[in-house]
This record gives sequence, structure tokens and C-alpha cells, in this order.
Amino acid sequence: MLWLYSVRHSDMAASSRAVMKSLLRRCGHCCSVISALPTEKMVLQLNHVIPARLLSTSAALLQKNLAAAGPEKYTQEFIKKQIEEFNIGKRHLANIMGEDPENFTQEDIDRSIEYLFPSGLFDKRARPVMKHPDVIFPKQRAVQWDQDGRPFHYLFYTGKPTYYSLMHEALGKVLAVERSLPGGRWLTKAELEELLVEFISEQDYTRFLQLMDKLASLPCSSQEEEFILRYHKRLDVQSIKQVAQPLQLDEEGVAFSSSQGRRKTAEASVVMRDLSSGKILINGVDYLRYFTSVQDRQELMFPLQFVGRLGRHALECTSERESMRQAGLLTSDPRVKERKKPGQEGARRKFTWKKR
Amino acid sequence: MFTVFQIMALHRLSLRLRQTVTQTRSLHGSGWGQQLGSAAVEPEPPVRSEHAFFRTAEGDPAHHSEHHLGQHYTLPPATMRSLFPHGLPPRFQLQVKTFNECSVMVREPAVEIISHLKRADYSKPAIRYLLYGERGSGKTMSLCHAMHYCYNQGWMILHIPDAHLWVKNCSELHPSAFHSSRYDQPIQAVQWLRNFRVTNEHFLSKIKTTRRYMWTKRESTEEGQPLKEIVEHGLSRVKSSCDVVGALLRELRLQAGARGGPEEEGRKRFRLAVAVDGTNALWGRTTLKKEDKTMIAPEELTLVHNLRKMLKNDWCGGAIITALSQTGSLFKPTSAYLPQELLGEEGFVSLEPFLPVPVPVYGEKEFESCYQYYIDRNWLQHPQSRTEEGKKEIIFLSNRNPAVLERLCASL
Repeated sequence: MLWLYSVRHSDMAASSRAVMKSLLRRCGHCCSVISALPTEKMVLQLNHVIPARLLSTSAALLQKNLAAAGPEKYTQEFIKKQIEEFNIGKRHLANIMGEDPENFTQEDIDRSIEYLFPSGLFDKRARPVMKHPDVIFPKQRAVQWDQDGRPFHYLFYTGKPTYYSLMHEALGKVLAVERSLPGGRWLTKAELEELLVEFISEQDYTRFLQLMDKLASLPCSSQEEEFILRYHKRLDVQSIKQVAQPLQLDEEGVAFSSSQGRRKTAEASVVMRDLSSGKILINGVDYLRYFTSVQDRQELMFPLQFVGRLGRHALECTSERESMRQAGLLTSDPRVKERKKPGQEGARRKFTWKKR
Repeated sequence: MFTVFQIMALHRLSLRLRQTVTQTRSLHGSGWGQQLGSAAVEPEPPVRSEHAFFRTAEGDPAHHSEHHLGQHYTLPPATMRSLFPHGLPPRFQLQVKTFNECSVMVREPAVEIISHLKRADYSKPAIRYLLYGERGSGKTMSLCHAMHYCYNQGWMILHIPDAHLWVKNCSELHPSAFHSSRYDQPIQAVQWLRNFRVTNEHFLSKIKTTRRYMWTKRESTEEGQPLKEIVEHGLSRVKSSCDVVGALLRELRLQAGARGGPEEEGRKRFRLAVAVDGTNALWGRTTLKKEDKTMIAPEELTLVHNLRKMLKNDWCGGAIITALSQTGSLFKPTSAYLPQELLGEEGFVSLEPFLPVPVPVYGEKEFESCYQYYIDRNWLQHPQSRTEEGKKEIIFLSNRNPAVLERLCASL
């Protein structure tokens, strides 16, 4: 139950003050009163005062973005308790008014509050009110963070996750419906010039691209497929050309495969064995000692974890830097002769100083 | 019998795991920042899962056998305070504080040492055990487990938690009054004496000195005084504390295997356990410098000199349990962990013959036990960590190395 109570008129009847006091005494444990004008003598001490912080948020919070407001302000238990207290308070109020507590509706409550706490305040929102907690407390969403404080939704930090997920979905549908050309590109400017045997400016080429794009995206563009494909060049997916080596068997009948890779001037090779020991050696050193930080080991773990083969392979890795560079044979000598400066004997050396 | 028990335990485990999800009273549920605080405030340990397969109720290391391998046993807090006033590794101490209980996994190296200790002939010179293993594999914890056995058997404990601290970062270094070519480290000596007194309180008044010790021109301790006298002297006269340590070690060495001779009739025999962690510090190099800027060799330090004498097996009636440690060692590569690498030629020869005890990283069963223990303590909070995938990830990232696993599961 929630009471927002404010009084301006000091000429309130003593009788109504007494009634209110008795009311508050009877349901004091479930009431809270906030006086808008603390100079009045009507500030009452109550057993349980819900912190003002909780009460004064309603209007402001409704306008704010709920998703960005942080973790849940009002717990389920809190709301439940408020509802319980509201129901008790309603019965007390009905008893005070001498009416049937079972059939005491919201209109009756409003009427009684207006009768018991007559207020001349101009602004209707400043007058005392007693409403169901569902009306008073702002609606809030379920918890959107996991235990680590990371949001569940991938668009959470846009501020409007639901809206943007709707937009994403719609765009996905558009792309699905839209007829798309097989992976490829339009002719480049040079190719187009060669085909047309005419000079084409940058701007002409841009307009060509725009028009062709428009034509290709139209729903009935398949009618002009032949024309479109004349100016379209198809590109093959390069990854198709990659050939995976078949598994080999070593002398003990264990399947293994090996591969090489390079990064800048370093070269590395890996032999992957189908062993459940999960032993990983890098240049002959156990990976725990080779990668002392957890982050590095996570990097190592990720590809195995991604394909779900964690702890089922033994790896033997070697890496080495380019040997010629290590021998210093590829490094150029950056030294050059410095020029002679005028007024000096050499690049740095000055003429011998003579007094006169 | 045992397997039946285990199956029952596993069955109960699955029931219990279901409960933990809904358990409202969690150690660390309150928040990340308050983990330690909330745990420290809790007056009593949370509900015990005595019958879980990763726990054993057997608190006495003397009864630990192969059946208990991989299970955790709990050290009573009183024992922990008196036996390890300074001995436990700092990360483990943090964990003890968080979980509000000191549970140690029973592992093979410790069980092996304990079984050797049970069978050893104590009229022969003391046997030297050397724990070695990769970084973070649990050498110190195995040493502590073996020490707990000795403590429970009523042995005298002479524990040096980290010998590396004696050969580096020494703020006060004085030339020795007893021997001019040696150097004293009074701060380290006093600190060690204080902890030694805590561990062996009841022994010190029973054992008497065998000769007269002259500390300075004016101060001396007569023959037949209890050892407590000289320890007190070392604590009050900081300057002669290193000499006190030397005298103390001498007395213990002489009296440990005291056969009941006519003059020693009244004396109670006692067994002596010498436990040295980071033994490799005693040989090799130090970072300390003399006045003329030359390096001090380890044998020039009084404490190290006396401790080396303690590690010689020319006395009987006890055992010498040592552990190597790469952590904190000086001028040694990170990858070194084998005895010959860490001890060097000199150390290896002087420690020989010793009984090498390798300490491996966790096996399948030990890892599972540790993992379930962390889940039981609600230490693994992330929902993913309880899934099979999460477990695989933990295994990969830690490679079953106990120290890495502990760091991986610990709070940030």
C-alpha cells in the first residue's frame, strides 16, 4: 500500500485529523506517508517507512529507458508484500468507512480518501492517493543479465534491443525475398571501357553501377537475365579449392594429420594425433609452461572447443622464425653518408677557430 | 566393502548436487566483492557432506592408506595453529580462510612417506626424503601432510617453511660474534625461534641442555637447564639469536636418538622430524653482499651452516623430510624442477643418499575429487562450470596442475 500524502491547508478539521491518526495507527505497519510540506505538523512517525527513494521514482522512471535503467529495482517479493499490505489497508479503510470490506472497489477507495484527506491542492497528482501496487510501480522487465553481468541479448547495448532485433529480422526477410545474383561483381571501369570501346568517366561508371543494381534487385529481373549477366562477372569461392589432406596412420595405427602455417616471418607446423591423452607440446615444452597466461591458453583452446574435440587430441607443435633473417642476412644496412654543410669543414666538423 | 560405500556415496552425491542449486545459504552468493568477508564472519562451517566421495572422516594421517587417495581430510583448527604458525603456503591459507576449514587432499607422495616413516628403523641414521616435482604440483602440501603425521605421533617438529627467505632480502646482516667469517641474520632467527616455540611448547621444558653455553662475556646458560631457557634467551637477546638456533639444533641432534645411557636415564626419548621446504636454497648462491661488495656464499650464513649440519644424517631417531622448490629460488631457470638441476652438484652430493619422492600433478580421480570439493564449497559459482563442457575447459586450462587449478577457480 502506498500513500502519497500532502497537506496545504492548516485549517483541516481536528476531527478528520483524529480519524486519520486512528487510521494510521491501525494500519501503521503497512502505511507510509510522505509529506510534501514537512513544515506542517502532520509528519508522522511510522513503524515501517519504505524508503522515499523507492516511492519517488514512478513518474521519472516511466519516461526513462527501462533497459538502460540497470538491474531490477523492485524485487518480486517486494511487490508481493506491497500487494498484501494494500489488501489489508483496503479492509481497514472499508471498516473505517463502515462499508463491506469484501466489495470495496477502487472507486470506493478514492471516494473515502477524498473524504478522509480533503485536499485543496491544485495539481491532481499531488493529492493523496491509494492504489494497487501494480498501478503505482512501473512495469519492469525480467532480469536481462547473467551472473557475470553480461546481457543475454546481443543487441542490448543499442539501448533498444527489441526494436533493433525487429529491424534485423525484417532486413533478413528482405534479403531472403530479394533475388540475388550469384556471388560476383559488376565489370570494372577498365573492363567496361574495353567492352564498349568508349571513354567512361568516374561519374558515368557510378551511374552504370546504380542502374545495374536497381535492375538486378527488381523482382522480375530474371526476364533480362541474359543482359545482366553480360555485365556481371562471377567469382568462385576460393575455399572450395582447398583440399583437406586425408588422415594418415602412423606405425602404431594412430590417425594423425599435419599442417603448416605462417605468420609474418614465423613458420609453424602442427602434428595432430587422435589420442585421448590430450598432451600438447610446443617446441617440446608442455603448453602449460609455454603459455603461462590463461588468455594464451584460451586462444589455444578455442579452435578445439569450437569443433567440440576438447581433450581428444594430442598436438605436437613446432614454430621457428625465418632462419636467414635470424642470421642477419636479410637486414639492410641503413647507414648513409651525411652531407657536408656550408661554413663547416665536414658534416659535423667545424673549421679551426682562430681569434683573428 | 569399499566399492559399495563409494557407489552409495556417488548416489548421495547426485542427490546433494541437486540440492545445492536451490540452497539459499551459499558461501559466496552475496557478491563478488564480499566473498572473503562473508566467509570470515560465518561462525560455524556450513552443512557438512561427510559421506561425499571426495571427503574422508579419517582425520589421523597415520591411518591414511591407498583407500583414501584423492579424498580430502580436515585438519582441526587448533592443530593448524600450533603446527603451522607459518608453514602453509599463502594461497592455501587464503583458501582455508575462505572455506573456514582446512582440508588437505590425501595424495600418494605423502602416503608413501608416511608408510616409510612407519616402517623405518630409528636406531639407524635418519633417512632423508626429498619431494620434487613440477611447479605447483603440491610438494609443500605433501610435506605438510607428512608433518601432520609426525605431529600426531608426538614427534618434535623442526620446520623451515622456506629456506629461500634466508638467502635473500635480508635487511640486517651482522658479522657473527662466535665465528668471525660467518654472518648472522637476527630477524630471521628470531622469527623462526618464535614459531618453533609455538609448535614445540611442551617439549622445550622437558629437554635439558648437555653443556654450558657462553653467549657473551656476561651471559651464559648452564648445563642441565631446559631448552626453554635458551629459546627465551634467543628471543630476548636478538643479537645472539643465531647462535641460539645453532645450539638448539645441536642439542636436538645429540638428544634425538638418545639411547638410554646411564647418565640419560631420566630423560625422555623423543623423535625429531626435520622438515625443510626449499632445500635447494642451502646450496648455490645468495643475493646477500658483504661490506666489500662481494657475494656471501650460503655456508657463510650461520643459519644455513647450522641447518646444513642438521641435514647430514649423522644423527638418529628421526627423519629428514625435504622438498625442493623452484618458486623463490635464485639464479635457476623456470623450467628446472629435477633434484640435480635445482640442488646442483654440491647439494646433490651432500644430500645423497636420499629417497626421492616425485610429486605428480593431479590424476583423473584426484582432479574429480578437487572439482567436486570446489562445487561442494560453492566455490565454482558460474552455471557453466558445473556442466561437462565447463569441466573439460577447466581441465584444459589447468592441465590438472593443482596450483593452476586453484588460481583458475579462485576469485579475481
